[in-house]
Amino acid sequence: MTVISSQKNAETLSFTVVAEFDAGVERVWQVWEDPRQLERWWGPPTWPATFDGHDFVSGGKASYYMTGPEGEKSRGWWRFTAIEAPHRLEFDDGFADENGDPIPAMGTSHAVMRLEPVGNRTRMTMVSTFDSADALEKVLAMGMEEGMKQALGQIDAILAGSNVR
Amino acid sequence: MVVDQLRDADIDRLFQAFADATRRDIVTRVTAGEYSVSGLAEHYAMSFAAVQKHVAVLERASLVTKEKRGREQIVRAHHDGLQRARRLLDEYETIWRQRADRIADILAEG
Repeated sequence: MTVISSQKNAETLSFTVVAEFDAGVERVWQVWEDPRQLERWWGPPTWPATFDGHDFVSGGKASYYMTGPEGEKSRGWWRFTAIEAPHRLEFDDGFADENGDPIPAMGTSHAVMRLEPVGNRTRMTMVSTFDSADALEKVLAMGMEEGMKQALGQIDAILAGSNVR
Repeated sequence: MVVDQLRDADIDRLFQAFADATRRDIVTRVTAGEYSVSGLAEHYAMSFAAVQKHVAVLERASLVTKEKRGREQIVRAHHDGLQRARRLLDEYETIWRQRADRIADILAEG
């Protein structure tokens, strides 16, 4: 199991995921630092991401677009607010128009990513905080089939008699 | 809709709502953003009236809400406040689980 725990806070709209990988910290850092590796995992297969800018320095910006199943493009930007290789990365994440200019009205999120060694493995802790439920909902729109799986998962939860609240 | 307070009748309606592929697709679409009934109907090889019936089933199961706006009927996912935030965060978790799996696959290549 790659993901070992997750935590959600509906009041603060924040999400924490902890995952462990069979690789050293320097190697895992590369999947964030190298845009060609980053775009292989950031978007789901139905909405692959292409990074056409990746100024990986503190204060630098990244720009990317995700291409949907019908060829539609959704553009986004990151602004790196802290980079301490290979242990800590912080960035703001938002939507952009077709020129790559930020659209503040669509909401932003802030991400704090940390890497630490655990034996020969690496633990990645990612905290994402959204400034509005609308911003989160727009992110989710790019991966709609996942939403459906979740809806079906809720039915499983009802069958198991568990508390979904 | 608070799931742990659902009565049997509510659960029946929920299952009935999800038993049909078109209705599942409608829920998926309106979760991503509002649609008019006619906008939804464009996506399916069936009559407007048939799509309207599907929407009515989803409405009874409290999965969507319908509201008149001018001549259009606007369909939205039904959610309120924290319940909505919880659902969205659950979906976001799925995205990160899949991302972590893809990272693991890249790392496995060396």
